Amino acid sequence: MDYFAQQLINGLVLGSIYGLIAIGYTMVYGIVGMINFAHGDIFMIGGFIALITFLILVSFGLTAIPLILLIVLLVSMAITALYGWTVERIAYRPLRHSFRLAPMLSAIGMSFVLINFSQVAQGARVKPVPPIITGGYTLYEGAGGFVVQLSNIQIIVVVTTVVLLGLFTWLVSSTRLGRDMRACEQDQTMASLLGVDVDRTISMTFVIGAALAAVAGMMYLLYYGLVDFFMGFVAGIKAFTAAVLGGIGSLPGAMLGGLLIGLIETMWSAYFSVEYKDVAAFSILIVVLIFLPTGLLGRPEVEKV
Amino acid sequence: MAGRVSATLASPQDSRVPGIAFIFKKALISALVALVLFSLMIGVRTDAGPDGQLTYWTRFGDLAAMVATVFGGSIVVELLRQWWGPVGTVRVVPASVQSGLSLAGRLVAPVLLVFTFLVPVIFYNERYILDLAILVLTYVMLGWGLNVVVGLAGLLDLGYVAFYAVGAYSYALLATNFGLSFWVCLPLAGILAAFWGVLLGFPVLRLRGDYLAIVTLAFGEIIRLVIINWQSLTGGPNGITGIPRPTLFGIPLSPGEDGLAARLGIEFSPTHRIVFLFYLILALALLTNWVTIRLRRLPIGRAWEALREDEIACRALGINTTTTKLTAFATGAMFGGFAGAFFATRQGFISPESFTFHESALVLAIVVLGGMGSQLGVALAALAMIGGFELFRGLDQYRMLVFGMAMVLLMIWRPRGLIGHRAPTVFLRHNQAISADLVNEGRG
Repeated sequence: MDYFAQQLINGLVLGSIYGLIAIGYTMVYGIVGMINFAHGDIFMIGGFIALITFLILVSFGLTAIPLILLIVLLVSMAITALYGWTVERIAYRPLRHSFRLAPMLSAIGMSFVLINFSQVAQGARVKPVPPIITGGYTLYEGAGGFVVQLSNIQIIVVVTTVVLLGLFTWLVSSTRLGRDMRACEQDQTMASLLGVDVDRTISMTFVIGAALAAVAGMMYLLYYGLVDFFMGFVAGIKAFTAAVLGGIGSLPGAMLGGLLIGLIETMWSAYFSVEYKDVAAFSILIVVLIFLPTGLLGRPEVEKV
Repeated sequence: MAGRVSATLASPQDSRVPGIAFIFKKALISALVALVLFSLMIGVRTDAGPDGQLTYWTRFGDLAAMVATVFGGSIVVELLRQWWGPVGTVRVVPASVQSGLSLAGRLVAPVLLVFTFLVPVIFYNERYILDLAILVLTYVMLGWGLNVVVGLAGLLDLGYVAFYAVGAYSYALLATNFGLSFWVCLPLAGILAAFWGVLLGFPVLRLRGDYLAIVTLAFGEIIRLVIINWQSLTGGPNGITGIPRPTLFGIPLSPGEDGLAARLGIEFSPTHRIVFLFYLILALALLTNWVTIRLRRLPIGRAWEALREDEIACRALGINTTTTKLTAFATGAMFGGFAGAFFATRQGFISPESFTFHESALVLAIVVLGGMGSQLGVALAALAMIGGFELFRGLDQYRMLVFGMAMVLLMIWRPRGLIGHRAPTVFLRHNQAISADLVNEGRG
């Protein structure tokens, strides 16, 4: 039971990270109707930028951890958001009315570009960082002497996720931009006739998705203490699984799916086998798509001729 | 119009020509964006120092060079775009050039085929070229196999390498554990791969295009992870070694007493085996091609093409889409399995590293580059792609970067592939050449 409680905490933290990435997938799919295959690699870029910013700040002699974290967060969000914008501008916008497989293939190409760009620019080796945030709380000590712990970093990950999610829900539900996004999701032509700048709205969707992925990348860096150029591939597929599980196009669904995938992966590693945890996550994707193609909170899709 | 190879139909005053200031401004913005994008990723390099601590150093020279490249490139692209004319411009090719091109188009395939048959004769002493030719033919075969799924049936399969892996491991395991010969294992490998194709396809083929793509990708990764982790069967990351070489219907191509060379009474040379492998893969590839061409003329092939064009209309016409997709999937998987078995016997060693997503993407890129559905296009694309990879062998780490960029640019520039031939095999009426005005009015 104590072991289970500990795994529950670990799973929720991992799930928060997946949820943040999944929001990017689900938003883009909702509006443009394509799988942004390069999104996982945007997450990886976010992790790298957080790492580099952190190193620079530390070498400048900054010691106040909260200040460092805030600056790292803002810088990585800003630059990664620009990556998201550029990817959309270069690889997806020219293809908006092309045949249906074209954006997907272009996205795969973009994913290769991002992966190999980071490999060339930053080297192929894994980049470890020493633990930045240490300490934590002991929640309680179980009967068998098993200690259930909640570390500070876990608190930070969950709190950041909740705050961002709140901010983001507000953005979509009660701002002009959010309204434009929802309008584009329903009918792009109609939205443009009513004065919504469709191109700009789609760009902003990519920007926001990339900014959230950057947060996820930074949290990953803080939590696991390493980044490498290939981490976006697997994390991307899992986050996509989360988005599908929650119902693609639905924002609360993406977060819910992320938490579920995080929990399932953690529990699978804890009780079955660590080697097959990725197999478990990918199998869930297949099973969900077969039995629950609309996901938990998604709307059924209407096919039009 | 004769004599002008390409004349634009759009009148010049339609396209407003942006001035120098506009181009300059656009290039400046691109350079600024590039500066921010690359500031940390290129301007700063991180690496673990000797004590394991992460350190960084700056590379502002590289950063400046990159930004300058983007600035210059942006100007060049803009100028090229002006020179090329606005998007959607219809170019008229004079009849003489057109007929010349079509004659060349009809001649390319036979000439290429004859040349391919002669490759081992011409390059008998050049081991490197023979090896490369075998590699190219392997990818031609994979491309033709995937072409059935992607090009004909229009199903985006990102996990094709899974079937390649199933074929390779089937042959390797059957041959090393049970001592079965290559010729017994080859059909078995194909059947097993097709079986896996059906197994995967049966539940997931009801999905929409891009969902299907992700599921096949996940499936490919599952197969690879299982191969890595199921160490007792597959040897895990170490792979399987000592896979038997193929024999000429039981006669080994070895220097021994019962070898082919000894029986024919000629001097043994290791090149014999290479030449044999070459003709083996050529035969397999041509088999794939022949079967595909025949299948296209059967009702099932017609159904595949109809499915590619419009799935809903297909269903309305009473075509069972699940069965149709499943047969395409199984056929493609079977050829992947054949190619896998050949790969295993050629290498003599296989490991999970050969079956990554990168391989799937490469084969897919070949099919896309080849124009999705064109047999000749796929063959030429495989030649260009693998040959190109060999040419840039020195630039090893930039290779995949260029590959990714090429894929993006190709999708923007020619989404239907370089040889854009995707026309259905049958038409209701004769295909007639009409002018661009009529096409614009929707009469095409």
